[in-house]
Amino acid sequence: MKVHFILNGKAVEAEGRPTDRLLDVLRHVFHLTGAKEGCGEGECGACTVLLDGRTVLSCLVPLIQVDGRSVITVEGLAATEKGHAYLERFALKGGTQCGACTPGIVLSGAHLLQEHPHPSHREVAHALAGNICRCTGYQAIQRALSEEPEAVLDSTLLPAADAEREDGS
Amino acid sequence: MKHPPGILGSSPLRRDGLEKVTGAARYLDDLPAEGTWVGATVRSRHPHARIVSLRFDRTKAPADAVFVHAGDIDGVNGLQILDDRWPILASKEVHYVGEAVALVAAPTAEDALRAAAAVEVEYEQRPAVLDWEEAARNEPLYELALDEGRCEAILEAAANGDDGLILVEGEYFTGAQEHLYLETQAMLAEWVDGRLAVTGSMQCPYYVKNALQHVFSLGEDAVQVVGRYMGGAFGGKEDYPSLLAAHAALLARAARRPVRIVYDRHEDIVATTKRHPSHTRIRSAVKKDGTLVAARVDFDLDGGAYLGLSPVVLSRGILHATGPYRVPNVRIRGRVLRTDTPPSGAFRGFGAPQSQFAWERHMDRIGRRLGIDPLTLRRRNVLHPGDRLPTGQLMDASCGAAAALEEAARRGDFLRRWKKAEEDRRRDEPLGRGNRPVATGVGLSLAFHGAGFTGLGEHRMRSPVTVRLTAEGRLEILCAATEMGQGAVTVLPMLAADAAGLRIDDVLIHEPDTDVVPDSGPTVASRTTMVVGATAARAAHELVQRIVQWKEEQMGEAALRVEDSRLLGPGGEIGDFRELAREYLAAGQPDAVTVHNEPPPWQRFDEDSYHGSAYPTYSYQAQVIEVEVDTDTLQVRPTRAVAAAEVGKVLHEVQCRGQVEGGLLQAVGWALWEEMKRKDGQLLNDRMTTYIVPTFLDAPEMEVHLIEEPWEGPPHGAKGVGELPMDGPASAVCAAIENAVGIALDSIPATPERLLDHHIEAAQGGRR
Ligand code: FES
Ligand code: FES
Repeated sequence: MKVHFILNGKAVEAEGRPTDRLLDVLRHVFHLTGAKEGCGEGECGACTVLLDGRTVLSCLVPLIQVDGRSVITVEGLAATEKGHAYLERFALKGGTQCGACTPGIVLSGAHLLQEHPHPSHREVAHALAGNICRCTGYQAIQRALSEEPEAVLDSTLLPAADAEREDGS
Repeated sequence: MKHPPGILGSSPLRRDGLEKVTGAARYLDDLPAEGTWVGATVRSRHPHARIVSLRFDRTKAPADAVFVHAGDIDGVNGLQILDDRWPILASKEVHYVGEAVALVAAPTAEDALRAAAAVEVEYEQRPAVLDWEEAARNEPLYELALDEGRCEAILEAAANGDDGLILVEGEYFTGAQEHLYLETQAMLAEWVDGRLAVTGSMQCPYYVKNALQHVFSLGEDAVQVVGRYMGGAFGGKEDYPSLLAAHAALLARAARRPVRIVYDRHEDIVATTKRHPSHTRIRSAVKKDGTLVAARVDFDLDGGAYLGLSPVVLSRGILHATGPYRVPNVRIRGRVLRTDTPPSGAFRGFGAPQSQFAWERHMDRIGRRLGIDPLTLRRRNVLHPGDRLPTGQLMDASCGAAAALEEAARRGDFLRRWKKAEEDRRRDEPLGRGNRPVATGVGLSLAFHGAGFTGLGEHRMRSPVTVRLTAEGRLEILCAATEMGQGAVTVLPMLAADAAGLRIDDVLIHEPDTDVVPDSGPTVASRTTMVVGATAARAAHELVQRIVQWKEEQMGEAALRVEDSRLLGPGGEIGDFRELAREYLAAGQPDAVTVHNEPPPWQRFDEDSYHGSAYPTYSYQAQVIEVEVDTDTLQVRPTRAVAAAEVGKVLHEVQCRGQVEGGLLQAVGWALWEEMKRKDGQLLNDRMTTYIVPTFLDAPEMEVHLIEEPWEGPPHGAKGVGELPMDGPASAVCAAIENAVGIALDSIPATPERLLDHHIEAAQGGRR
């Protein structure tokens, strides 16, 4: 079947089986390899992307579910100016070590910051509870997200198509 | 050459930072799949069995699939680590669930799975060795001993109550631990004109290369190995990637095209190495004031089915077995026992977390027995400069054990909290009857870690590092150090830039490609910054010196120097370094310098008697960990961790802190949740759903204090930090539980079940 959706702000079309995992479609069809497979069963969060502005585990999302919707990956986040600044700061603060969890973590983090520009420690911990990081002990991620400067805290953090869709959903 | 201010100790953006946060970093599985086939592994379902027959039923497999078994190995069917008895593919017998028996490859992952299902193996089951008692009755895989002083006579006296000595005995267990690096094991192999090229996720490209040469009987020039970014390793990619590389290479040869093997999580948990489970018995003699007089430590590790790296893990465990304390009379026996389980391997800390868990719990036991609080007891015995380790090694001025202990105790307000929790608990006895739904407690521990290879390892390797000039006039470091998240690709250029008088941007680092880089040793043992980094710094300094000297000769001018990438003469700035370097290259001057690591000449170690200086220096870490224990369910929640790490010199603060914080949480996970449950040799929790690693919500709030007591050696007195944070926290967690609810658990993980068992046992024992 053919599925049409918005990928990182651009209309795209993907051919596949309805049950194909969104993770595989992103990685193999669109060569967006930011999202990783850490477990393949919804436990690690390394495959996190945004679907209509909300975080989902792309290893659990069948292709058919994304028809007509908007998907944002870490590559999309990185392509915006604000997103890039946010990511660079995240790295500077020590939020990434081996990097395997990072694409998922920064998307969960971006989603949190959209909703709570000044998250408390508890809010950060809850928002990222589904993203396993084996390297950092989470402390640097905590610092990177709860000590965000004002500059990157607005809705332009994510690509525009997503913001529009979020309003409508 | 003067140091431009501010490179070391600053925290520049890590070299791989942008690639990683933007998702652009390419790990093995991110490489385009076009033209490569997918490999899969057929594994033993039994812990011990004879292989009766092995058959590939082509009619059930995809048409073009290839099949490989032990008979296809024409070199040596053995994984070259310390010995080569671990088979690449089992041929006659299997010795653990998950052992590789055969391999298949096909164009797609789906086809590969179908092909694997077409392999029929008939087994005849054999009795398997699966527990400590039985393993201990058999011949151990390996043994070691260390003796200093008159240990047994003193223990004897203490047992008789002579000389005012008190005998304190204890027994301690730690469980296996899965690395759970987020990127699973992954490897790609290809044969081009009889030459084997392998790339993938590995800590030690030269280990992989040597192992491949062994399996395929190939010369040095016939194998190229390139290490990629790793999505975590923690020791788990020290030994195992050699096996995976051999598998991928066998399949690539059979399929006549590149083959990749990427484990799924389940397979990775089942088949790869784990942290050695340990069993430690300690008999100690102490004075009434808590002064340690003698200790006998019997330290057993479960090595699993094959020897692997176990002897060196055992060795490090033994050398850390009495912690950073003065113990004048010591007798240590260590054994690696064999069981029919996956080979135990390298895991952050490498034996030292196990032996120091036992030792720190034993310290708490001594304190309890004598009525001395944990801090006072440790203060009374902690190593100071001028004291000696059981090996006879004299502690130099950089011994920061006491500094770490005091800093953690003070910052964590240890004594006051500990005493308060002791009082609260006494009011609440028996447990849970005092209307305390949640009990709070705090634990203290102190541990140390020797940096670099054990004993004469570094002397034997004298690791070479090359620094060369690029055409544009920048420096490039050539070494085999790999990036697993710890920050090697950032810190090594920082050290080289600092030593050469360059800006960081003027120093590059080449990927670890065995065709290009010298064998600077494996990326293990907290040695990369201290050993490879220091050597890279010397090489960079040397190369820039030569360039400057050449320029001086050219100009007939002395006293030139390079600072902040500028060439300076007596009269001020003459030019910029890159220009100078290009001029030097254009003149046909040699573009590279190789220097070798020079371990301190005074570092001598007798590998038979275990006397001397096993490591040139040690780092130290103390922590105060606070927990809340639910008095009904005995669930434990670590709430706060205050750590003081004495690391010699902080080179990149953000990364250094990252090591301490990440290691600390891994240790807390090991202490509380990470249990590998086996039944009849089968792993019961072989998925991420059931093997629990700490999430964001599980992590305690951390406060890390870095202390600097530089040692005399390079780079700038920095000591290894990668493994240190794994060594002590588990014991502090148990001590905190004890402080909260009075259950003195000496075995981890401290799951509610285990706490309850121990509690009931103690209560019954008390009644008898
Ligand atoms: S890969 Fe999707 S949650 Fe782990
Ligand atoms: S940075 Fe390695 S898992 Fe998070």
